[in-house]
Amino acid sequence: MPPDLVSQLVRLSGREGPPTVLKDTRVLVIRVGDVVVKAHPAGTDEAELKARLEVRLPGLLLEPLGTDRVGDRFVTIWPAGEPLTPDDLETPPWEEGGRLLARLHAQPLPAGLPPMGGPARVTRAVAQLEPGDLPRKAYQTLDLRQRGSGLTHGDWHLGQLIRLDGAWLLIDPDDLGYGDPAWDLARPAAWFASGLVSPDEWNLFLGSYLAAGGTAVSPGDPWRELDGPARALTVQLAATAMATARRDNTALDEAAEALISSCERILATPPPS
Amino acid sequence: MQCPKCRGNMRTFDRNGVHIEQCDNCRGIFLDYGELETLSRMENQWNAAPPPPAPGPAWGGGHHGGHGYHHGHRKSWVNALFSS
Repeated sequence: MPPDLVSQLVRLSGREGPPTVLKDTRVLVIRVGDVVVKAHPAGTDEAELKARLEVRLPGLLLEPLGTDRVGDRFVTIWPAGEPLTPDDLETPPWEEGGRLLARLHAQPLPAGLPPMGGPARVTRAVAQLEPGDLPRKAYQTLDLRQRGSGLTHGDWHLGQLIRLDGAWLLIDPDDLGYGDPAWDLARPAAWFASGLVSPDEWNLFLGSYLAAGGTAVSPGDPWRELDGPARALTVQLAATAMATARRDNTALDEAAEALISSCERILATPPPS
Repeated sequence: MQCPKCRGNMRTFDRNGVHIEQCDNCRGIFLDYGELETLSRMENQWNAAPPPPAPGPAWGGGHHGGHGYHHGHRKSWVNALFSS
């Protein structure tokens, strides 16, 4: 990250005041006053990102205030939502998430939208590992082909929810596109399958998705559609956790251990035909 | 007894509590009174009770073995639920 990128983003925000760095990974996200400014990774396909940013779903998906550029970094500017509180972390908004995804999946597919970015995220995550690492071996067994072509968020987790003026919205269309909408449930499914989310929480999330008319999975046997995507997200999360621990020279935490042990079982359990 | 069709020798088998006679020669089967109804009833019971859907994937772990989810421990990695 160029040292002056934060100050450049502050300038683009058009707001005064000290910035808060919300995220500094492949992307840099800062908040200044009532706006959030995001520098996208260098090398982002701009035509695809612009098509994603043009999707308008009022009351469902946060709309950008504008776009800009700093050097080779495409920049988007957003209204800042209310930050999550410690209460949200204690009792995550599973039901709000399930309902918003059900509504997203009921939308017609906007014209000109690229494929959703979920499978590419899995591939990027394992590319950081060594060939002998378990998640990378499990990756070889995955089937990343999409079994649907509905509107899909592409990178859904609880951090993709914000409250704005009292209403919950989905944010971050960077991976929005057409694909198998079951992928949007796959990260919570992966957490659940690894024992990181309790059966009660999983049922709350899946139940509110189905009750709101969500169609990505069959109510009687949701794992028929979820098995493949949840395997993929387990591999992605395990790979990311492993790469992060290695980079920071820290031990794997409880969650990483659980995900890596799931990779072991994925390798030992061929997908149902 | 003799097969009513080919006069071959019939042998008695017991299938799930139902006695059937099968001809050694033509393999034809003879059912006693009520046995066809018994078989139909068993077939219906089989169809009416599909196995419940799996509550999780075959490769899942954590909820059954006594390990896994502990609410008190989650704070250390709860941020993972909220980040890419």
